[in-house]
Amino acid sequence: MSQSHRIPGKGLLIDRARPVRFSFDGRAYQGFSGDTLASALLASGTRLMGRSFKYHRPRGAMTAGSEEPSALVEIHEGAQQTPNVRATVQEIYEGLEARSQNHLGPLAFDLLAVNDWMAPFLSAGFYYKTFMWPRAFWEKLYEPAIRRAAGLGSLSGRHDEAVYEKAFAHCDLLVIGAGPAGLMAALIAARAGADVILADEEVRMGGRLLADQPEVGGQAGPDWAAGVVAELAALPNVRLMTRTTVTGAYDDGTFGALERVSLHRAPGEAPRECFWRIVAQRAILAAGALERPIAHPDNDRPGVMLASGVAGHLAKWGVNPGRVVIFSNNDGGLAAARSLTAQGVEIAAYVDPRPIPVTEDFPVYAGAEVVGTRGRMGLKEVAVRHKGGTSMIEARTLALAGGWNPTLHLTCHLNTRPQWDEKIAAFVPRPGAVPGLSVTGAARGRFSTAACLADGAAVVTEVLADLGLRAPDLPVPGAEDRPYGIAPLWAVDAGGRAWLDFANDVTTKDVKLAAQEGFRSVEHMKRYTTQGMAPDQGKSSNVAALAVLAEATGQGIPATGTTTYRPPFIPVSIAAMGAGGRAEGFAPRRLLTSDARSRAMGAPMIEAGLWYRPSYFPRQGEADWRAACDREVMQVREHVGVADVSTLGKIDVQGADAARFLDLVYTNTMSTLAPGKVRYGLMLREDGFVLDDGTCARLGPEHFLVTTTTAAAGLVMRHMDFVHQAFCGGWDVRMSSVTESWAQFCIAGPKAPALLAVLGINADLPFMGCAPVTVGGVRGRLFRISFSGEQGYEIAVPTRYGAALFDRLVEAAQGLEGCAYGMEALNVLRVEKGFITHAEIHGRVTADDVGLGKMVSGKKDCIGKAASLRPGLTEAGREQLVGLMPVNQGEVLSAGAHLYNERDPATREHNQGYVTSVAPSPTLGCWLGLGFLKDGRARHGQVIRLDDGLRGRKVLVEVCDPVFFDPEGGRMRG
Amino acid sequence: MAELIATPAVTGLPLTIGSVRLAAFDPGPVTAIAPYPGRDLSPVLRFPAPGEVIEEGARRLIWAGRGMAFLTGGPAPDLGGLAAVTDQSDGWVWVTLEGRDVPAVLARLCPLDLRAAAFPVGTSARSVLQHLSVLLIRTGPEAFQIAAYRSMAGTLLHDLSGAMKAVAARAAL
Repeated sequence: MSQSHRIPGKGLLIDRARPVRFSFDGRAYQGFSGDTLASALLASGTRLMGRSFKYHRPRGAMTAGSEEPSALVEIHEGAQQTPNVRATVQEIYEGLEARSQNHLGPLAFDLLAVNDWMAPFLSAGFYYKTFMWPRAFWEKLYEPAIRRAAGLGSLSGRHDEAVYEKAFAHCDLLVIGAGPAGLMAALIAARAGADVILADEEVRMGGRLLADQPEVGGQAGPDWAAGVVAELAALPNVRLMTRTTVTGAYDDGTFGALERVSLHRAPGEAPRECFWRIVAQRAILAAGALERPIAHPDNDRPGVMLASGVAGHLAKWGVNPGRVVIFSNNDGGLAAARSLTAQGVEIAAYVDPRPIPVTEDFPVYAGAEVVGTRGRMGLKEVAVRHKGGTSMIEARTLALAGGWNPTLHLTCHLNTRPQWDEKIAAFVPRPGAVPGLSVTGAARGRFSTAACLADGAAVVTEVLADLGLRAPDLPVPGAEDRPYGIAPLWAVDAGGRAWLDFANDVTTKDVKLAAQEGFRSVEHMKRYTTQGMAPDQGKSSNVAALAVLAEATGQGIPATGTTTYRPPFIPVSIAAMGAGGRAEGFAPRRLLTSDARSRAMGAPMIEAGLWYRPSYFPRQGEADWRAACDREVMQVREHVGVADVSTLGKIDVQGADAARFLDLVYTNTMSTLAPGKVRYGLMLREDGFVLDDGTCARLGPEHFLVTTTTAAAGLVMRHMDFVHQAFCGGWDVRMSSVTESWAQFCIAGPKAPALLAVLGINADLPFMGCAPVTVGGVRGRLFRISFSGEQGYEIAVPTRYGAALFDRLVEAAQGLEGCAYGMEALNVLRVEKGFITHAEIHGRVTADDVGLGKMVSGKKDCIGKAASLRPGLTEAGREQLVGLMPVNQGEVLSAGAHLYNERDPATREHNQGYVTSVAPSPTLGCWLGLGFLKDGRARHGQVIRLDDGLRGRKVLVEVCDPVFFDPEGGRMRG
Repeated sequence: MAELIATPAVTGLPLTIGSVRLAAFDPGPVTAIAPYPGRDLSPVLRFPAPGEVIEEGARRLIWAGRGMAFLTGGPAPDLGGLAAVTDQSDGWVWVTLEGRDVPAVLARLCPLDLRAAAFPVGTSARSVLQHLSVLLIRTGPEAFQIAAYRSMAGTLLHDLSGAMKAVAARAAL
């Protein structure tokens, strides 16, 4: 595709020696290295780049920058697809595949353009007044149809698997924006010795010096900028960040920023984007200003652009706009007309509503307005209404220059509003709106080059003083200092739709309609019309829209005000903000010392908190988990099983006051525990509900080891730490987590002592005792405790020996007709014994609810005791722990099901309780359940109904004691 | 019964990507020392202030958190009645990160101010690397020792190597 619209010798950013091939909507194009998608398409003569959101009108690029509202495309990179990419920002790379958005059928023949002809029925808020009848059609027809038609751009439906990153940065001074004001500020601060970060959205620093190319200190603007950048790049205390948009101002000098790291290259090893969090002692916002269009009938055709966009495309990429009509209400527009003429562009007309007395090299229509355009697929003619009537002027480009809005968004991110400056007909930042953030240059309404340079120097001097640094003497280079004369013109009234928000297709009629319907506040107008709610967040429409609203309500602009500004300033991909957190990266993975061996044995691993634990160890011929689980349970009950229980929290507690401290956190008494003994304990939260249960072992007079449940280990540690700090400040007690330090394995079953003998350990330990042992030459600990209800031990060795010990244990168990067992079997064994886990201790049960009321000692206080005596926690009728067995032995039970009296309906009013744990028990030959039932302990023997609404399961169950097997506990005590 | 063999905390190291080298580090025995309130430990040892690392020959006392120091390079002295002493030799995985781009690599994972003045050589800090709670010791302008929970060694390796790759890949752009 030939590049028919380039001006030779122009284009700061392109390298004509390096052509780049890309495709747009399947058609091959060529541009140059340094081109954006928009500049390369315009240079090839293509102005049509998309279809508007609601009316599907043909659209092209309006701007040359990141504020672009219309030219949004999808970038396809293999299986990845990114919608709503601004064509004016996306740099082309060899093989880039871009597609236009929001049309049915080809871009040039969009079938949904019928919406444009239906426009009278599709004005703002139409969906509040339509699709009402018949009601039944809403869910089946209207809503799906609207969903399909709505939205801008499409997703691939796949995960975004490209590489992204996040990073932190710290500095003394963050300068946001590298135009004349920002460069001056950064240069002076750098020479003063401050640690400076200078961030700019664009590929090359210089801001409007690159687009307008005014002289600075006798040099061409871009050359002066390049010189400053070269000096900054060589300084060790300066970090330059190009392609980096600062997206938000947060508390304490923290700023978010999005860096386009490698989006200008085909996907490879480098991250696509980096989301930065920058912490700065001080910051200077030098983000410049954004130009406004003027609303007039049909001001949205491809070829209608902002004057700054025309100038930018010409200067940076050498794009020839063809014959240009300029519609401007300010001196900046006139300057642009002169500059374009000097660069060889043909100005067909300069149209200005002001009665300016000028003679120029191009036709001037003073006291005139543009009232329409022609050329649906691309601008052909501009209708100009002037003193003599209305003329049709042939043009390829209409450049709108409606004035400039300071880019003050960051100053409003901590919930302040800007203030209206009548002189420049624009909003300016409120000083002090963000602590530590100063504003300079066009971002606070100083529009001439000289004013920006001087203001940058002045503001940084104040900021450096705050930092305790002296600004070096640096003369401010000379530059133009044109006055900024402007006569506000928000909209031309000439019949026909005049666009304000190009991205969401909002016209002046919509804003006036909002006011008419009573939505008179700017916040209401925004939501009613959706103006300012598109990806561009109203950058080129907010001020004009509120001005139109102000006129419609008669309130005036200052009283109307702006809507709330919120981060991010530009769209930020969630992939960048969540870099590193996708899929398994979401949380750390904690692996057991037995992990490799378990996986090698074919065990599927399941997540328990952050840990991965083996579910079951399948053997040859076992069809599913159930077969393996049944076998493992029987092997433990009849022979011996080994399981890795390292995940349980272990907290080492020491000190002369350790016993006293534990008496405070546990409901029962630990100070009476003898060294070498282990006791089961209960901890309450401060609100009286059960926090956790676990064992506490006394290793010495002033040395205890507390165990906690796996998933709540951190929670219990935090709780104990809080109690210590808040209530026991001066006590002689210290705690540290040793969960990681010990690999701990459970050995359970009648042959457990035999297995220990194989390991060379004498198992002569009373039930609930503990002792140091040596195994395989390593000093470890042995505990005689049981969670299976069989004779059980736990053996702990320093973690580095865990893998080796597990191998020995498995070998020894298998030698005794036993096995390794996993979480499924572990759960069945404990349910058979009525032992509770956090399925039962779910945070809303009291000690008495779980049948452990007697464990709350009457002789002492403990954390939560007072709150646990509140009437609501002690009154009759509470749901109490019970066991459940199916009346028909073959039936399956569901955890989560609710319990009802046999003949009651399954409604809220008849709810009697719920099931917390279920297990298929090979020992008893049926499913077992644990749950909570109103007055459960008084209802043993009753038959009630388990009702699982999710799976449609209704089962009659008998209420019984939760300990189904060996109620005397002889097997574990023996 | 034959002696049990120890397994290293992390495998697959050393790893060099770009200018940065990640290697396993064995500090030998590690003992956590937590003084009881109001005790003067100076007859036995000088307890480090927050962020301080005290080196005496091969022995190091590293500030490791509120009221806590890690002793490495020597056996635990007798601190009966003065402090709670707990063995932490097996609870942590230790690595070293060295090379010109180390600050850039760490900046991708750690929110601390890593500039020389804010995190001087010979000091320690508790912070996070992505989601991992870590102890950091700066041993040089471009060198750190990092300790994380042993069970999370795989995640530590994954996150650090990912950051190393990301930094190295920028150089090729």
